[in-house]
Amino acid sequence: MERLRSIFEVFSGDTNADRVVPPSGFTSRLTSFTAGAMAFLTVFALALSLATGRLADRWDAELARTSTIRIAAPEGQLAAQSEAVLEVLRTTPGIASARVMSDAEQRKLLEPWFGPDLPLDTLPVPRLIEVLEEGKGPDMVGLKLRLSAEAPGAVLDDHTRWRKPLVNAATRLRLLGLVSILLIAGSMGAMITLAAQSALAANGQVIGVLRLIGARDVYIARAFVRRFTLRALIGAAIGTGLAMIGVAFMPAPAEEGAFLTGLGFVGWHWVLPVFVPVIAAIVAFWATRLAAFRALSRLS
Amino acid sequence: MIELKNAGFNYGGRDILSDMTLRLSPGSFHFLTGPSGSGKTTLLNLCYQALMPTTGMVRIFEQDVRAMTRDDVARVRRRIGVVHQNCQFLDHISVRDNLTLPLSVSGRESEVDQGNVDDLLGWVGLSERGDALPPELSGGERQRAALARAIIMSPDLILADEPTGNVDWEMAQRLIALLVELNRMGKTILIATHDLNLIRNTKSEVSARVLRISNTKLQLAGADL
Ligand SMILES: Nc1ncnc2c1ncn2[C@@H]1O[C@H](COP(=O)(O)OP(=O)(O)OP(=O)(O)O)[C@@H](O)[C@H]1O
Ligand SMILES: [Mg+2]
Repeated sequence: MERLRSIFEVFSGDTNADRVVPPSGFTSRLTSFTAGAMAFLTVFALALSLATGRLADRWDAELARTSTIRIAAPEGQLAAQSEAVLEVLRTTPGIASARVMSDAEQRKLLEPWFGPDLPLDTLPVPRLIEVLEEGKGPDMVGLKLRLSAEAPGAVLDDHTRWRKPLVNAATRLRLLGLVSILLIAGSMGAMITLAAQSALAANGQVIGVLRLIGARDVYIARAFVRRFTLRALIGAAIGTGLAMIGVAFMPAPAEEGAFLTGLGFVGWHWVLPVFVPVIAAIVAFWATRLAAFRALSRLS
Repeated sequence: MIELKNAGFNYGGRDILSDMTLRLSPGSFHFLTGPSGSGKTTLLNLCYQALMPTTGMVRIFEQDVRAMTRDDVARVRRRIGVVHQNCQFLDHISVRDNLTLPLSVSGRESEVDQGNVDDLLGWVGLSERGDALPPELSGGERQRAALARAIIMSPDLILADEPTGNVDWEMAQRLIALLVELNRMGKTILIATHDLNLIRNTKSEVSARVLRISNTKLQLAGADL
C-alpha cells in the first residue's frame, strides 16, 4: 500500500518535492535523450520480434500440413502411375486426403515463370499431387519406398526438409528480439541509476539542508524519483512516437511470406509500443528509488 | 527535552567533550559559552543528533539517540529549530521559499501563510530580501534568514550557534529580543555565543543559565555572568 501510494505520489501530490532539487539542464537532457533512444530501439526490436513470430507461425501452419508428389512419366503411363500413387496414399496412415492438381491450377503455379500462354498439353510437365497430412503425418521414409516400388516416376517433395531451418531461424530471431528488449531495459535501468547517483552526489548540500529541517528519506528520495521518472517518461514517449512513425512508413507487406516488407505492426499489436514509455517510467522509478535510498542510508 | 548523561565526544581519539551531564527542561533559556574550539558547536550537534556521542547517553524528547531510526531523527528535528554557525540553504530557490521549506517537508504545505512569512521576514529585518536568492545575502542576512527558518515551525526547542556572530550590536539585540519573546511563549532556547556583553544584557530580561565549556568539561558559569 505504502509503495502504491509512493508510485502515485510521483505524479501528483506535493509539487514542491522536485523543486528542492536544483535543475540541471544538461544531465536532464542527456537522460531524456537516452531514454528516447532506448525506446526507439525497443520499438524496432518489438516490431522485429512480432514480425518474425508471425512469419514462423505462418510457415509452420501452412507448410506443416502439406506435401507434394511430382510424377514424371512418359505420356502413356502418367494416368496409370497417378492412379497407383493415389492408391498408395489411400492406404497410408497419417494422410487426410490427396488429389491430383487440375491443369488450371498447375498453369497458375507455372505462370509467374513462363507467362500466361503456356501450352501445358504439349509440354512434358509433371503431374502434381497435393497431399494433406493429418495427425503426426505419414512415415516419410516408408512412403518414399512404397512410392518408388509402385510408381517409379513419383517423387515425394517433403516440405519439412526446407521448412525446419526457416522456422528455426524465425523462432531464434524472435528470441533475439526479446532478449534485446530485456537488455535495453536493463541498460536503461543502469543508465538512470548512474545519472541518479551522480545527481545525489552533486546535491549533498541540498540533502543536508533538507535533513536539518526534518525531511524524511522518502521526501528526499521522492524529489529525485519524480525528476528522473518524468524525464524518462517524456524521453521515451518521444522516442516511441518517432519509432512508430518509422514503422508506419515501412512499405506494406507485398506478398505472403515476404519478410522485409512484413516488418511492422499488425492490428492490435499497434497497442504494444504504447507500453514502452510506461515501462521506461517504471524502470526509471525503481532505479532512482533504489539509488536514492542506498545513497541516503550511506549519508547518514 | 534534552538530556545528556556522562556524554563524551572525540574526533579520532582526541577528546572534545567528556563527561557532560546536562538537562534542558521545557521553557528554559540557556547560554553556552567557551573559547573558540572548545566544543560549543559539537555539543549543539549532539543535541539534535547531527553527531552521536562516543560515550555516555544523549536523550532527545525522551528518546535515546542510539535507538533512533532515520525517520525518528526527521520527526525529532521538526520540533527543533537549528541555526547553524555557517548556515546553508537551497541556493536555487528564494529566501521566502527557503523559509517555508520546513512546512513543505513535513507535509504542512497548506499552512503556509504568506502574511505570516512577511511578518517573520520583518522581525529579522529581511522584509526587502524575501525574493533574493540565498547566495545574494550577506553573512549577517544569512544568519537572520536561518533564524527565521528555524522558528517558522514554532519548534519546542531552538538551538542557535552564534546567531549574532555577523550582525551589528543593534541587530544582535533585536534577534536576542526575538528569542526572549519566543522563550516567553514557552519555547526552550539554547544559544552558543562568546559575546559576553550580549549574555549580560539578556540576563536582565530573562532568567538564563550560562554554561561554559572548559577543558572538555561543562560548568555552570559564576555570578559574574
Ligand atoms: N570534523 C572534525 N574533525 C576533527 N576535528 C574537528 C571536527 N570538527 C571540529 N573539530 C575540532 O573539535 C573542536 C571543537 O570544535 P567546535 O566547532 O565544537 O568548537 P566551537 O566551540 O564551536 O568553536 P567556535 O567558537 O570557533 O565556533 C575543535 O578543536 C575542532 O578543531
Ligand atoms: Mg562553533
